[in-house]
Amino acid sequence: MSQLNCDYTLFIPEYLLAGLAVLVVALDLYVPQVRKAWLSYIAGIGLLAIAGVSLAWINKETNFARIIAIDNYTTYFRVFFTVTAAVVCLSSAKLVEDKLRHPGEYYALIILSTIGAIGMAASRELMTAYLSLELLSFSLYILVGFQKFDKKSNEAGIKYLLLGAFASAFFLYGLSLIYGVTGTTYYSQIAESLKAGTSDYTFALLMGLVLVLTGLGFKVAAVPFHMWTPDAYEGAPVAITAYLSTTSKAAGFALMLRLFGGAFQVVHDDWSWMIAGIAAATMILGNLVALQQHNIKRLMAYSSIGQVGYMLMGIAGLSHNTASALVLHMTGYMVSNMAIFVVIIAWHNMTGTDEITDFRGMRERAPLLAGVLAGALFSLAGLPLFAGFVTKFILFQSVVDAGYYWLAVIATVTSVISLYYYLQVMRQAFVEKPAEGEGALSVPALMNGLAFVLMLGVFYIGLYPQQLFDAIDNATSFLFV
Amino acid sequence: MHSGYWLISTIVIPLITAAVLVGVPDDKKDVTRWLSAVVGAVLFAISVYIFFAYETDRGGGYQFYHRTDWLQNVAFLGPHGIALTFGIDGIAAPMVLLTGVVAFGGALISWKIEHHNKDFFILFWVLVAGVFGTFTSLDLFFFFFFYEVAVLPMYLLIAVWGSSSVFETFSRTKEYSAMKLTVMLVAASILIFLGIFAVFHEAGKGTFDLQTLYAYQFDDRFQKIVFPLFVIGCGVLAGLWPFHTWSPDGHVSAPTAVSMLHAGVLMKLGAFGIIRLGIQLLPAGATFWMPGLMILATCNVVYGAFAATAQRDWKYMIGYSSVSHMGLVLMGLATMNVNGVDGAVLQMFAHGVMTATFFAMVGSVYDQTHTRDMRLYSGMVNKMPLFVFFMGVAGLASLGLPGLAGFIAEFNIFVGTFHTYPWAAALGVFAAAMTAVYILRMMAMSFFGPFNEKWADVKDMTYLERGTAVLLLGSMLFMGLYPAPFIDRIQESVRLLPGVS
Repeated sequence: MSQLNCDYTLFIPEYLLAGLAVLVVALDLYVPQVRKAWLSYIAGIGLLAIAGVSLAWINKETNFARIIAIDNYTTYFRVFFTVTAAVVCLSSAKLVEDKLRHPGEYYALIILSTIGAIGMAASRELMTAYLSLELLSFSLYILVGFQKFDKKSNEAGIKYLLLGAFASAFFLYGLSLIYGVTGTTYYSQIAESLKAGTSDYTFALLMGLVLVLTGLGFKVAAVPFHMWTPDAYEGAPVAITAYLSTTSKAAGFALMLRLFGGAFQVVHDDWSWMIAGIAAATMILGNLVALQQHNIKRLMAYSSIGQVGYMLMGIAGLSHNTASALVLHMTGYMVSNMAIFVVIIAWHNMTGTDEITDFRGMRERAPLLAGVLAGALFSLAGLPLFAGFVTKFILFQSVVDAGYYWLAVIATVTSVISLYYYLQVMRQAFVEKPAEGEGALSVPALMNGLAFVLMLGVFYIGLYPQQLFDAIDNATSFLFV
Repeated sequence: MHSGYWLISTIVIPLITAAVLVGVPDDKKDVTRWLSAVVGAVLFAISVYIFFAYETDRGGGYQFYHRTDWLQNVAFLGPHGIALTFGIDGIAAPMVLLTGVVAFGGALISWKIEHHNKDFFILFWVLVAGVFGTFTSLDLFFFFFFYEVAVLPMYLLIAVWGSSSVFETFSRTKEYSAMKLTVMLVAASILIFLGIFAVFHEAGKGTFDLQTLYAYQFDDRFQKIVFPLFVIGCGVLAGLWPFHTWSPDGHVSAPTAVSMLHAGVLMKLGAFGIIRLGIQLLPAGATFWMPGLMILATCNVVYGAFAATAQRDWKYMIGYSSVSHMGLVLMGLATMNVNGVDGAVLQMFAHGVMTATFFAMVGSVYDQTHTRDMRLYSGMVNKMPLFVFFMGVAGLASLGLPGLAGFIAEFNIFVGTFHTYPWAAALGVFAAAMTAVYILRMMAMSFFGPFNEKWADVKDMTYLERGTAVLLLGSMLFMGLYPAPFIDRIQESVRLLPGVS
């Protein structure tokens, strides 16, 4: 075996992230005269700068001691996660000031969880992947329960923690079974070992895969491991809900793609049917239950479960094509979803409510936010001009090409169902009039700006996706080596 | 060869207008109006140019062709995977003209909208861009893309600017109608979606280019399975019985300009989709299934006529008469012979302008009186001679009076149908006669007889409404008196359709 590459400079972006986290905490503690909103700007701008730094590793395919890959896939997700975290930090400024204590820790935990998310995308070894997943999860457990004197937030935090710990145990048990079958924790060696034949261990391998899927299914909130989602989403501070619905899920999928593409692709037939079943159940349940919701956070929770179902189809028919389509859809989903959440956060700051009926008259009271809300909801529903149409179209087509026509049927049908509940939100915002005495609101320029920029992103993906898709296609090509 | 940029401009101009309107302040209502009127005039001029510049002696192929690659050589997409491919044949040319006419008329008639007229026009222009895009796209992806763009603004257009109706036994809120229309149309597009996936996968060419796909020989069995997806998916938008129920409700609740565009142009997208995706893409499937479509289309024609006769609300009557007349279009398509399909395309244009006229006229009264119950009106000719004149001409066109647009279209359809399905033609002619019953009775009830003094304050049409009416009436007369430019263009291209004899 050749010399291991132990080049510690490969992790400069992660060092910078850790440093940024420490800086934010230190500023909060030792320089109390700094306005708390500045912590948000520092964290946000720092994260964006780090996203820029990580671009230095484009096209430098290398790895750290064969356990962590630094390739274009990792670079893509470094940018993806840092940008998402930056949006969350920037949009939290007022929320944190008004509702939360300990702003330093709040931003630091978001930044630290980003390191975990990046690790999940970069790992090529089971234990490293597991540790990264735990780093992300632990930060999130705390963040979900961050609203210390709010009962719902506490309830959400404890539910998420208990169920999450449980799911971790499943995941770990699954890893140990897979280690038992293959005798290694490296993805590439697992693949070789499985190629050599698994007939002696069929059941152990199956159990291992089932348990791994359970753990990851919990992370991405796939049915039937989704029970925590609505409660955690509803109780968490609304910016953390946004974070949960994007980074936490995307990291789960990033890990899943790397793991299933790198290690388990050779036994594709052993697990694809399970994921296909889960995908179908997730799409149907998520979208149907969303019809019943009247709280916007719960609605977004179920809508995000539905979206997870679409993405899981890409794993079921895993190939380079579906992986690219999945990451494209995930990116479009991230941008659209963040746009909606920026609107929800801004609205929450100004009106203090999360009920959908309280969105009435948004067109009169905050026109720009209402416009962004409409565009982003149309995007999630998969209507053209916006990101959702092209990303869904490509994802569904790739699933059909992978031989899962029946999944695409369910996906298109549930996608139309989703339009119904998105339209209900839009109806409140545009058709209903504001109540007596509810005049125009002055939206902070930062929130308007964020919403506007994210909306441009939605249009960019929806109208000219070639460059982004090229980059993604290139990134996912590193998964199947 | 003409430049494809003419076609692109019909899509880009309205989209840019929508984007510019986003930046216009809410209270600058007149800026919005003028901008929209000017853009409407420009689009009208471009569409007239495109229609007449289409050259008729070149074999009926695609002209104004243009292709810009959009997404290619990535994942499952090969070279030219998804491209902005535009071009029109003799079938699309009159549709482009129709869209230009109705969009201009709609922009003028919407002048009087006060409530957030900027939002209204943003959605209106997006809708127009979608319609132009669908008629001119030669790429399967973009065909569907624009098709959905045209459906997308409908919910808000109807739910915000529409009107609710209360009848003796039931009521229809605008929110209900908007949701019904949107959900039914989008649900129908599931079928188109699934059809597109199947076609792309089956052809395995790595491209959505329609001409490449037309050239591919699909397996007969595959065609028979997939064809119904396209026909029903597009048929819902064309008001195909029994999936037409969104149409009367939606048109009644919609604001005037949206009814005009929707009944006038959008329903034609459905029929156009049956030609582009059904007949052209899957000819063997078309040959196999057309008798089925003929049965449904006959139901459309007869059922629509009877339902229209039962209505006492102007807009419901027009809505059901649209169902009946769109049935004639589908009937023409189902014949699969040159006469029938020619007639279908002619009827698409004819019905487009006359329905738009109807809705524009009803809007001019409804905005003043806030009722459409024809029993409440009487002797309106005394007060509103112009209104009665235009409404009457549209009515006469609708019942197929020679010299107006409807006659030449229906004549062709019935000739085609008598060749293939005499029983259907007989029922169709009977239903066309029913048109005379409900149109003439409506006129007798509302327009003539003693004047109802309740409406003494009602004013005749405004100058803008008159302008719109003249524009639409002009198109109707033009096609009725001099149909040669239409028939020349349509016939050449219809002969090229596979399976049409």
